Amino acid sequence: MAITDNNPIISVKKLTKRFSPKITALSDCNIDIYKGEVVVIVGPSGSGKSTLLRSLNLLETPTEGEIIFDGVNIADKKVDINLHRQRMGMVFQHFNLFPHMTVMENLTLAPTKVKGIPLEEAKETARKLLQKVGLADREDAYPIQLSGGQKQRIAIVRALCMQPDVMLFDEPTSALDPEMVGEVLQVMRDLAAENMTMVVVTHEMGFAREVGERVVFMDGGKILEDKPPQEFFTNPEHPRLQLFLSKVL
Amino acid sequence: MTPVALSTFGTLIKSMFNFSFLPEYLPLFVRGVAYTLLLAFGGVLIAIIPALAMALMRLSKNKVINFIAGAYIAVFRSTPLYVQLSIIYLGVFSIIRIPTFYVFGFVNVAMFIPGIVTLALNSAAYVAEIIRGGILAVDQGQGEAARSLGMTQSQSMRYVVLPQAIKNILPSLANELITMIKESSLCGAIGMYELMWAAKATGNSTYLTMSPYLLAAAVYFCINFPAGKLIELLERRMRRGDHR
Ligand SMILES: Nc1ncnc2c1ncn2[C@@H]1O[C@H](COP(=O)(O)OP(=O)(O)O)[C@@H](O)[C@H]1O
Ligand SMILES: [Mg+2]
Repeated sequence: MAITDNNPIISVKKLTKRFSPKITALSDCNIDIYKGEVVVIVGPSGSGKSTLLRSLNLLETPTEGEIIFDGVNIADKKVDINLHRQRMGMVFQHFNLFPHMTVMENLTLAPTKVKGIPLEEAKETARKLLQKVGLADREDAYPIQLSGGQKQRIAIVRALCMQPDVMLFDEPTSALDPEMVGEVLQVMRDLAAENMTMVVVTHEMGFAREVGERVVFMDGGKILEDKPPQEFFTNPEHPRLQLFLSKVL
Repeated sequence: MTPVALSTFGTLIKSMFNFSFLPEYLPLFVRGVAYTLLLAFGGVLIAIIPALAMALMRLSKNKVINFIAGAYIAVFRSTPLYVQLSIIYLGVFSIIRIPTFYVFGFVNVAMFIPGIVTLALNSAAYVAEIIRGGILAVDQGQGEAARSLGMTQSQSMRYVVLPQAIKNILPSLANELITMIKESSLCGAIGMYELMWAAKATGNSTYLTMSPYLLAAAVYFCINFPAGKLIELLERRMRRGDHR
């Protein structure tokens, strides 16, 4: 995959999300995400990062605006969103593994039921990916038997088993004990190195700086800054971002 | 105490513990217990599928579908079972006639069917709320994870949410069964030969005013109390095994 594609794979246009007349989580957000890019979203808590990310695969329905995924406005009610979600993997802060299933069952459920892939083939794909994240020996374990870091690596693999075009991460390391953050970030780094298109909400500024190709700053439901990490961290324009960086760095 | 009061008291005690009816009427009680259990188990069992449907309707965003199930549940939960029994047995099933036909030698189908149908209709309203609560108690992230993988609403429900909701549903469902064992006593009032009817029939023909009912109470207690304790125990064990 090359980054030569001129059309963004995801294009968010004038996105506004109100949970109620009083709660506006996003107001007039615009962002383009290109194939192979790693876009990192940072900002204070409550600034709308999760809402923006969850809007990308329509876990939140936009109040206004468009979300163009690979040329299709998926915010349109007539679109079969399930088809598009298959192509966007999502990783959650609290892993959300299915506790009543083994690791292997977690990994093969969607490929078999949603895509109709034969079980053996789905297992093969799953095993290859498990190998890559160093958890080949855990396929028969239940989520309860795994550490937080292992759970999150499995959750990433579960999303990858659908062979998505884009991966969305919502604070994937925020619920982890500090000693487990590294192993998950490493998996994400490897994924970025393979040119996976990634949108990552995180508080890990190191990751944003090293892996991010663009860093986006959100505050009060607005995208206030969007630029390459080098500039983002050394030359923040918006006073809010300057304040934010002075606190987190 | 006056002699009169004393003797009244004596009569009361005597009638309380007069179980001389047992040899003759015990079979009535045995059949009564069987009838009661049949009504209660059958009623709850039949209720499960419609209840599941109504629970899902109640969780639907479609206002009409939601309203229909909501109205049904409201009606059956806000009116007495005895009234429902009367309307359905005396009203509805006087139009739909079922031929008199005995199974097990003592269950008259013509009465049993209206009885169990009413219990099932009533139970469905309560079980629907139990199932709905069980579904809502499953972490929202589970459904979201399923949907994010491209599963449809019904796939997510079937493979991810419901299997986890069952753990929340089963104890309450068992409690509903206990409720039905007690409530089905109302079926005796309209002539079904269940446990309470056995007590009343015995009382009527022996002029014993208390002991037959005490026996019935004891039987109800001996079924429901241990059952309730067992449910508590299982519930605690399940909760201990709870994990995410
Ligand atoms: N389901 C919801 N219902 C109502 N308000 C919500 C909901 N989800 C988020 N919000 C509100 O929207 C705003 C943005 O939230 P969120 O996107 O979760 O922020 P972040 O992820 O940056 O911490 C917050 O004010 C939050 O309280
Ligand atoms: Mg968030």
